[in-house]
Amino acid sequence: MTPLLEVNHLTVKFLTRSGVSEAVRDISFSLGRERLGIVGESGSGKSVTGRSILRLIRRPGILEADSIKLEGQDLLKLSERAMRKVRGHQISMIMQDPKFSLNPVMRIGDQICEAYRLHAGAGKKEAREKTLAMLETVLIRDPERVFQAYPHEMSGGMGQRIMIAMMLIPDPKILIADEPTSALDVTVQKEVLEIMDALVRERGMGLIFISHDLNVVSAFCDRVLIMYAGRIVETCRADRLHDATHPYTIGLLNSMPRLDRPVEYLKVLQRDAAWDLAPGVSGIADEGDGA
Amino acid sequence: MRSDNSKTGIAIDGLNVWFGEGENRVDAVVNACFTVPEGSSFGLVGESGSGKSTILRAITGLTPTWSGSITVMGKNLGRSRDRAFYRTVQMVFQDPYASLHPRQTVDHVLSEALYLHGFDNPDRRITQILGDVGLSRSFRFRWPHQLSGGQRQRVAIARALIIEPTTLLLDEPTSALDVSVQAEILNLLTRLRKERGLTYLMVSHDLSVVGHMCSDMAVMNRGKIVEMLTVDHLRALKATHPYTRQLLEASIQKRRETAQ
Amino acid sequence: MNSSASAPAKTPGWRQWLTTDAPASRRQARLSAWYRSWLAFRSNPMAMFGLVILLLLVSTALLAPVLAPHDPFAQNLSTRLSAPGANGYLLGSDTLGRDILSRLIYGSRITLYIVSLVALMAPIVGLFVGTAAGYLGGWVDIVLMRITDIFLAFPRLVLALAFVSALGAGIENAVLAIVLTAWPPYARIARAETLTIRNADFIHAIRLQGAGALRVITRHIWPLCISSLVIRVTLDMAGIILTAAGLGFLGLGAQPPSPEWGAMISAGRKFILDHWWVATMPGLAIFIVSLAFNLLGDGLRDVLDPKKSAR
Repeated sequence: MTPLLEVNHLTVKFLTRSGVSEAVRDISFSLGRERLGIVGESGSGKSVTGRSILRLIRRPGILEADSIKLEGQDLLKLSERAMRKVRGHQISMIMQDPKFSLNPVMRIGDQICEAYRLHAGAGKKEAREKTLAMLETVLIRDPERVFQAYPHEMSGGMGQRIMIAMMLIPDPKILIADEPTSALDVTVQKEVLEIMDALVRERGMGLIFISHDLNVVSAFCDRVLIMYAGRIVETCRADRLHDATHPYTIGLLNSMPRLDRPVEYLKVLQRDAAWDLAPGVSGIADEGDGA
Repeated sequence: MRSDNSKTGIAIDGLNVWFGEGENRVDAVVNACFTVPEGSSFGLVGESGSGKSTILRAITGLTPTWSGSITVMGKNLGRSRDRAFYRTVQMVFQDPYASLHPRQTVDHVLSEALYLHGFDNPDRRITQILGDVGLSRSFRFRWPHQLSGGQRQRVAIARALIIEPTTLLLDEPTSALDVSVQAEILNLLTRLRKERGLTYLMVSHDLSVVGHMCSDMAVMNRGKIVEMLTVDHLRALKATHPYTRQLLEASIQKRRETAQ
Repeated sequence: MNSSASAPAKTPGWRQWLTTDAPASRRQARLSAWYRSWLAFRSNPMAMFGLVILLLLVSTALLAPVLAPHDPFAQNLSTRLSAPGANGYLLGSDTLGRDILSRLIYGSRITLYIVSLVALMAPIVGLFVGTAAGYLGGWVDIVLMRITDIFLAFPRLVLALAFVSALGAGIENAVLAIVLTAWPPYARIARAETLTIRNADFIHAIRLQGAGALRVITRHIWPLCISSLVIRVTLDMAGIILTAAGLGFLGLGAQPPSPEWGAMISAGRKFILDHWWVATMPGLAIFIVSLAFNLLGDGLRDVLDPKKSAR
């Protein structure tokens, strides 16, 4: 069975005045109907990877890959016009801060309606009903009020639910969530994750969950790719993250303060130059790896 | 009298802080009371908008609209703060990318702090403090844009400590940093407190960070302190207030699932 | 062993010294910051073009006696209104038979004089007013900004005209008039910048070091406002040259026989149909210099804009 998405030998370079910097270095991974987590620290290339799938790398960035296949179709061979149809319709993306993703001078309802009508070519009335229904599925209690509201009137958690509604209304096959809850409070974080989880499962979608937070990813995903300096250094089942073997992953896990294990000084991650040079591992799921 | 007071680093009593006047008045902190013994480390925990950072701003005088009583090292504070106050109390900000002047080198930042408080021998002191916060001498003349987030936060800590204060206010000092860098900065803060006998008042949304750094803490929600507890109570999960339990659950549940 | 290893590092090329990531002294840090800005500026060809023209203008003004083929004031009525190239006048001669090229060359001195005086005075007034209003807020802000509004409410040339006619015609008074009409936009910009900087953590940090308002404004806010003012001044230079030329054209700026470009156009306008070069040559000069300032300003914006280089 072909996976939903398959990325082969992806490299993203940025040309700067001081030379070429490689944000992503020759990574390969696949995504089935599963929740795939990509974890890494800032600068590890995880966000660039997410944007590469949608071909959203602008100059001076250069994207190179053997192929990025969405259900067997190579996205790299599509024209920019065809690519626009893929974005939002087949692959959607949720960013960290909903405030920057929503148009501040347009009512929320109108924005979601527009997204739906663009996709389904539906009439105004149908779009409105569908939008209200969608707002309800993200557990917004009074969808009518939210429909009429402007983005700035919403709290962070509410904004992120609206983004989820808007991104899921065209029924995409894949959802890419780039740090969707990092700007939210812990108590709100949980709710938003649960909503997203339920919707993704219901619809049998593939989810790429990009985060710096190991705990969130391990609790929420099926499979995890750990990125360091542009490479995938380790891949494992999310619930086995504590059995990770790469020293970087172990170092990250150990450097977090824990309430149940008081220590005076935290373990500090000792970076090894060899990690930079070692070839990455493939994130393509083989038989029996996907839960 | 003096010796009595010196045991208390910071005492907050009946503190109210508000923004705006009249109809637009928003109460950010309502009737907050707590004391931080000298040389200890106290945490304020809460989510965004709970008023935890506002308390720090009221203490430093950045927010002038407050009532109640704030006592620092035995001195009751009025509306304005003099330079002697800033000699004893310094602050480290949340975002290391916003807390350093983009057009000033590390050397400039540190020299100015020394100049303002009339310290002698700037060269020796700057070399010394850079070593203390774990930066090599080559960092002295760098610009902020040449530093990583963790290095910037070290410079911000050096700026606060170079004038040898007794109390440090920490406003989410690691929430903008990666976990591995967070560990380094937290270790640095622990070591500096031990070496210099500093009093810390730390604000954070992360229970595990506060649990690691502080011996006592106050949990805040919507401007009010809902619960005071010691770190042992926290670790034993003996929180009583429902909001604290909710926070605790949110931060522990994630890990439990990892451990399974 | 150790010393031999550090010896070559001690005498690196100046380029390496300037682009180092770890400067060893205050001077090196500052020079390397400038050098990096220069590298960024150099990569913008239009801005370099503007800079080259302005450097040419400055050297023309400095070397005027050497460059000018004729005395700019020498009249020769027998060869008046010669076409370009005729009678040894490269750009022709004017109504009194004076060499237009020489007058343009000497006129660059007047243009530079006006430009540099205005560029020195107007932004500084604006910087003082704007940063004080923005940082101190309250009634200081209200009073200063209302004064600014009053000055802004008048059309620039009309206000300048009123000042010059009250003070008397002449270059110095023209400069003064231009400064008086030019500072309010700078005050606005400086105030807007200050308002965004004022609540930054690094300003809070220096206040928590015990620095007073004067120190915060002059040492910490000014350096961040100056770059946007420099950009704005450079972009405004074209307008200032045109205002100066306009005053000259109306006979309220430089007085004859001084070879001010605006006054030269004014003198040539009577013959514009039969002897086009008399008005066109100084017009071209104004055009080229204004364009050069605009290009330079655009380039500076790319290099200096603090919002772009903040991270």
